[in-house]
Amino acid sequence: MIESHLPAYIALTFVLFSVLIPVFGLWKSELSQPLAVLGAGIAAGFSLFGFFDVINDGAIRYYFGGWEPPVGIEFVYDGLSAFFVLVINAVAFFVLIHSHHISKREFPGKEMPYYSLAMLMLLGFNGMILTGDLFNLYVFLEIASLAGYALIAIGDKPAPYAAFRYLIIGTAGGTLYLLGVGYMYTVTGTLNIIDMAAMLPMLYESNAVFAALILMIVGIGVKAALFPMHGWLPDSYTYASSSSTALVAPIGTKVAAYILFRIILWLFGIEITDAVAPISYIVGVLACIGILYGSIMAIAQSEMKRMLAYSSVSQIGYIIMGLSLANPWGFAGALLHVLNHAVMKACLFMISGQLRLKEGHSDMSRFDDSYRKKYPWTMASFTIAAISMIGLPPLAGFFSKWYLVLETIDNSNWLFLVVILISSLLNAVYFFRVLEKVYMMDPSKGQKKPKDGEYSEPKASMMIPTSILAISLIVIGFANALIVGVLLNIFPF
Amino acid sequence: MDLTLIPLLAVLVSLVAVVPIMLSSSRPNLREFWTILAAVIKFGLVLLLLPGALEGNSVEIHLVDLAPGLPLALKADPLGVFFAVIASGLWIFTSFYSIGYVRGAGEHKQTRYFASFAVCLSATIGIAFSANLITFILFYEMLTVATYPLVIHNEKKEAVDAGRKYLAFTLTAGLLLVAASALVYHYTGTIDFAPGGVFGDVTLPHNTMLILFILFLGAVGVKAGIMPLQSWLPAAMAAPTPVSALLHAVAVVKSGVFAVTRVVGYVFGVDVMGDYGLNDILIVLAGFTIIVASLIAFNQDNLKRRLAYSTVGHLSYIVLGVALLTPTGITGGIMHIAAHATMKITLFFCAGAIYVNLHRTEISNLDGIAKVMPWTMGAFVIGSMGLAGIPPINGFFSKWNLALGALEGDMILPVVVLVVSGMLNVGYFFPILYRAYFKPGIGLEKYGEASPLMVVPIVITAALSVLFGLFPNLFFGFFDLAVDISTSLFNSGSP
Repeated sequence: MIESHLPAYIALTFVLFSVLIPVFGLWKSELSQPLAVLGAGIAAGFSLFGFFDVINDGAIRYYFGGWEPPVGIEFVYDGLSAFFVLVINAVAFFVLIHSHHISKREFPGKEMPYYSLAMLMLLGFNGMILTGDLFNLYVFLEIASLAGYALIAIGDKPAPYAAFRYLIIGTAGGTLYLLGVGYMYTVTGTLNIIDMAAMLPMLYESNAVFAALILMIVGIGVKAALFPMHGWLPDSYTYASSSSTALVAPIGTKVAAYILFRIILWLFGIEITDAVAPISYIVGVLACIGILYGSIMAIAQSEMKRMLAYSSVSQIGYIIMGLSLANPWGFAGALLHVLNHAVMKACLFMISGQLRLKEGHSDMSRFDDSYRKKYPWTMASFTIAAISMIGLPPLAGFFSKWYLVLETIDNSNWLFLVVILISSLLNAVYFFRVLEKVYMMDPSKGQKKPKDGEYSEPKASMMIPTSILAISLIVIGFANALIVGVLLNIFPF
Repeated sequence: MDLTLIPLLAVLVSLVAVVPIMLSSSRPNLREFWTILAAVIKFGLVLLLLPGALEGNSVEIHLVDLAPGLPLALKADPLGVFFAVIASGLWIFTSFYSIGYVRGAGEHKQTRYFASFAVCLSATIGIAFSANLITFILFYEMLTVATYPLVIHNEKKEAVDAGRKYLAFTLTAGLLLVAASALVYHYTGTIDFAPGGVFGDVTLPHNTMLILFILFLGAVGVKAGIMPLQSWLPAAMAAPTPVSALLHAVAVVKSGVFAVTRVVGYVFGVDVMGDYGLNDILIVLAGFTIIVASLIAFNQDNLKRRLAYSTVGHLSYIVLGVALLTPTGITGGIMHIAAHATMKITLFFCAGAIYVNLHRTEISNLDGIAKVMPWTMGAFVIGSMGLAGIPPINGFFSKWNLALGALEGDMILPVVVLVVSGMLNVGYFFPILYRAYFKPGIGLEKYGEASPLMVVPIVITAALSVLFGLFPNLFFGFFDLAVDISTSLFNSGSP
């Protein structure tokens, strides 16, 4: 019985907790964070359970209230959505555990609204992934975005400006998407993704369909920070509070990437997408530019959060590149990178949060070799995540790149291949720079002796999630054949 | 006896040893005990594989699938065992020597030093026993990462720059290797090393094959120090001397030439190399490197840098031997892996002993030191004369085979290169010996020989060089093993 309602339960958990948190939070503010953790934990549990269910028994189409489309609302819980839901809820769970002390330090007294908003944002993300209807997707997109603007506005002094900028750009993106949906509705008369997909082959070269495709890709591209629509991202991620960044950065752009997957591979299908113009190739080239641009900009930064933000622009490019290759291994590589990048980025942003909490800043030019003594485990986790980002085996990051490399070769797509290789080197530059600072004396400052520092790792509530994520990078690396085997089955054709 | 697990254990021993090494960081003697213990166990495990290897057998173990259809697999084949015996055997001497060195020189962060060293050895044995390219990539990158802390060990500006240069070269090489392996997988559907190559009946356009080979050359050429990819190696001499000794004379650079052997013999195969004319590229590059590196060595006043350029030159002897594609040539190349290892490690050990004892690093300061350090300099004579190819030291023996191999293939130019290079070797080593033995020393009265922890390993490695030269089959039937390996590369068509 529980299986058939799972998709609804996942979304409803967040609805429930977004209400519960204000109720209990007004009574006792310190209950907000544990409740949020509980909410995300329950949702992650459902997602895990549901993922195996879908893998074994196939997709679930869930009609709310038993009303079938086009009248009712439909959730489609298939392999792709089950995978994304699992990744974002699991990562959110760890990030929320981690945020306890940061929230007390960075926005004291505002925990209740913060965590309630976080639940709403997660509701939006989960809804976007689960829904089977293009208009509902827009509704969930706005829920997630509005909550996201608010979460980002909580932070450093320039955070509200960054959030406002994001709001303007994000709303424009959302509107373009909605326009696209409008075109599609006019042409097909339905909003349901599965129904629409069945009708599209008859509209092979319709201009309206082509226009809708472009509008949707651009609109969602904004949310995914696909180059050149990434402008909002670096500021937002840098100035938002550390816990918001850690929550939004690993999963926000992934959800947008999910929509691109859904639209390009499921709704339109790669043939219609490329019918009028080689859209998938253009998207791939944009992704390539984004990969290089993000990496180069990351090298130029001295603020750790900003560096990681630019690195996100770069990494989302890998995922979109895998999508644009549109074949099973590229697809599997991209999805594996969704998982890898979510884990790596969450881990890295959590570490930047820990450093801000302890040192009061995350300015890399002020890092020194006392960190090695003060935060041995944090720095070990950082090292693992960094090496995985660079893509050295046997860590997880290597394998997503390996599959992408294999596929670019199969497609004889030498441009993409070269981009992947160069970008790995650029990654190495900006991560080894930090490692050098942390593990070595700085001879340019005339340092003669290693600095000592008292052991001052943060509390277990921060250490444990960070370490678990770092260790899971090794586990994913060794288990990736298993994961990829599952992912390959999700590929639609 | 079931040997299946031995290759895995041999790889893991030193990796596991990292944990106790780190934990006993406040008790140096206990910490060094773990290092020695791991070294001895590792050597013992590798020796267990030797009898099988001498009969031409391989021990194979599949661990997990790293990617669907691409297993993490170890295979201790004769070539792998040959390399593993050298690397793990010399690690024992280096470990003793290291203790004397780091304590004598009062190095900082000794725990990091010994821990990284142990990881390097795991990676090296992993490289030796890799059954396919993906496993190989894993250990190759692991070696890169684990060597980095050793290169930058003293954390001075020079060392940091060297470390960056090292990473820039080796990480780029790693990426080329990833690309090259993916291409091989794409064209042939397999990435398992096999004597005779993976291409089988697959034929590729000439240019494609050429590009593929150049990618591989870039990937393995960096660690093998083939010019113009050698410049990281002299820079990396900023590392402590035992690191230069084991890693930059044995483990890292030999992983490079070992990789060249793997690529030539086990990925492309002798036939493909010859049919597409790929070996000509390799012969030209190697010949060029041998001569030019020897000439540059003349100019170096820093002892370690002179040795580094000498290493660059001698690595290309091995590359040259493999590129000759004749049975004797390959045998000579493989033998030179062992010969150069014992001789060059001796020389680096000597350089380190001189540094710790006298704090001298420049050749122009070595006047008269043979009087105070007779054992060290005696070993130096053996090592340097061996490298110059003077009998009966083992350098002569491998060089003889190389020359025969070239003649076997009707090639005269490589022989000329070998002869000229031999003279150049004498040329750049002789001034050192002249200064040490015949010039009067200044300010040496209060010094004696270096600590026994350093001198004993020096003498042993020097003695090994002579013994191997006189009796190539004395230990472990090394020469027979090399001959078997090289024959197996030619008979792969008819197993």
